[in-house]
Amino acid sequence: MEPFTTYTAIAVPIDEANVDTNQLCPTRFNKVPVGDKDYWKILMHDRRFNPDGSEKPEFILNKEPYRKAGIVVADRNWGGGSSRESAVYSLKAFGIRSVIASSFGDIHYSNCMKNGVLPAKLPQETVQELRKQLHENSGAEISIHLEAQTVTGPDGVAHVFEIPENPKYCLLNGLDDIARTQEHQDAINAFRTKHTNELPFLNPARSEL
Amino acid sequence: MNQPKTMFDKIWDQHTITQQGEETLLYVDRCLIHEGSRHSFDQIRRNGNTVAEPDKVFAFSDHYVPTINRDKGIAGVPDPKIRGMIELLASNTKEHGITLFGWDSPNQGILHVAGPEQGISLPGIVLMGADSHTATHGALGNVSWGAGASEITHVMATQTIWQRRPKTFRITVDGTLPFGVGAKDIILTIIAKIGHGGASGHAIEYAGSTIRALSVEERMTVCNMSIEGGGRAGSVAPDDKVFEYLDGRTYVPKGQDWDTALEFWKTLPSDKDATFDREVHLKAEDIAPMVTWGTNPEHGAPITDRVPSPADAATPEMKQELETALDYVGLEPGSAIDGIPVDHVFIGSCTNGRLDDLRAAAKVAKKGKAKVTAWVVPGSTPIKRAAEAEGLDKIFIDAGFQWRDAGCSLCTAINGEILQPGQRCASTSNRNFKGRQGLGSRTHLMSPAMAAAAAITGKITDVRKLG
Repeated sequence: MEPFTTYTAIAVPIDEANVDTNQLCPTRFNKVPVGDKDYWKILMHDRRFNPDGSEKPEFILNKEPYRKAGIVVADRNWGGGSSRESAVYSLKAFGIRSVIASSFGDIHYSNCMKNGVLPAKLPQETVQELRKQLHENSGAEISIHLEAQTVTGPDGVAHVFEIPENPKYCLLNGLDDIARTQEHQDAINAFRTKHTNELPFLNPARSEL
Repeated sequence: MNQPKTMFDKIWDQHTITQQGEETLLYVDRCLIHEGSRHSFDQIRRNGNTVAEPDKVFAFSDHYVPTINRDKGIAGVPDPKIRGMIELLASNTKEHGITLFGWDSPNQGILHVAGPEQGISLPGIVLMGADSHTATHGALGNVSWGAGASEITHVMATQTIWQRRPKTFRITVDGTLPFGVGAKDIILTIIAKIGHGGASGHAIEYAGSTIRALSVEERMTVCNMSIEGGGRAGSVAPDDKVFEYLDGRTYVPKGQDWDTALEFWKTLPSDKDATFDREVHLKAEDIAPMVTWGTNPEHGAPITDRVPSPADAATPEMKQELETALDYVGLEPGSAIDGIPVDHVFIGSCTNGRLDDLRAAAKVAKKGKAKVTAWVVPGSTPIKRAAEAEGLDKIFIDAGFQWRDAGCSLCTAINGEILQPGQRCASTSNRNFKGRQGLGSRTHLMSPAMAAAAAITGKITDVRKLG
């Protein structure tokens, strides 16, 4: 995973609550393998493209300078709904490394962090204020400092966001969870033995007819 | 005396391997996957991992299987990309020694229907599924939640998962449900009350006399839509109904093991004085048949209500949200919900594809003939057989409904079965998001009885008026 330390990029304001993962990646694209050269087109595909494949010029992600955006500033409940990780793959493929919102769907929030995309939670008034600044100054940049847990808006004001400690460590160092877990292999093995002794009937192989 | 514990706390503590900062490493007893888990298999291959305990992973061909022409075999799936996803699950599970309920298995079904049906999901376990509706299994009294590909990869590679302990949230429903009101109406009422993201960060326990009076299958309907209220996990304490439901199923403990299991399962319900971080109470008497009018599941109202007006919205943001939603669904502010014409009816899904659901729909279907295209898609192949054994297929077919094979079908609309742009569907599924049932489709969520009523009248109809 690519480490996330500090990041400055053009931020795109998306003025909608409840942008669910179906909007981020329409279901029919779930089967596309990661790494497909057209993956960048999947992000909010049905908002960006007409059925004939032509672009909808009025949609904000199709406008300059937002075509080069690296950060999304959204509203509340970003990424609710389906657990599809393709929603995150499509953000990444478009070039988005961070989404700032006042709340996130729980599963999407985890999925982002597992893929090097930083979900930064800020109060509703703050995300509204940031979007206002971005609208007033199209192409303005936002800076994120993960170690300090700050989002600095176009006006230079820094806002502190919360992030759980372990995912933060993994993001900063570009570590994936499996490597971290394998450091606990002895504890896992010991637990498995204890668990099997305590609740032997949970072993599916014992029950199968 | 020990501190009183919730059921969630008991199961969580029993599965804790270690703690690091705010995260707990939990042991996972069961992992459920489907064709969409191709990303997890790709990751395992890329990382050079192996599947740690393949006998605790179960795979289901459900999202991509067609629900017609199955007798033509895999070659009969017209879209090569869809066919490829079904074949990929078969080859991936074979390579890693994982049990697959494949497209042609007599026990095939949607993971959240077939899992409990086979006895793979049990009380007291930690279960993770590669799908956001995994809370369904919580109806048996366990901790079940859905996850994305990376977390499922982690479970497959280690049989464990890192999680932050969610807060606990008890939703209590007491009283007797009025005539024509069922499990789907309960959960749609709860979601309308707490909001689409209302239980975010929480594990829900559903309790109260109304929940206790529900069948195990009906409890699954309630738990299923926990994620639509933002909760990753939702459960109900196990009781005799659950034990009776489980007894004799393929993967359920047998003989001496059954006795030991039963003793353990009876210790699971939340202690009498256990406290929850959050509580909500509802009265069953206040619940009416529910219908969603908008573009997310919190946009729901009783059938007797009207579509809300943006002009009445409390905030400018709500006004904009309502305007956008009503524009998409093509409804006038303030218009009656009862009487909205529909083009299509879908009865099925992991929310409402079980035998109880099909019985409820058939009871209404009997009263007339379908005026619009109406599909009945059982949640599993065994349910299809059981329904046929009691003649439900005949009732549906006589009433002009299509009786199809088991799968996710028009709920997730990824198997090639989709609505056309602008089409309006009365659906027993769980999501009414924009484009969920196909590009430009409009979805109204409701119970199986209400969906059947919409089929025979051609419009959204108060099922209670049909007698």
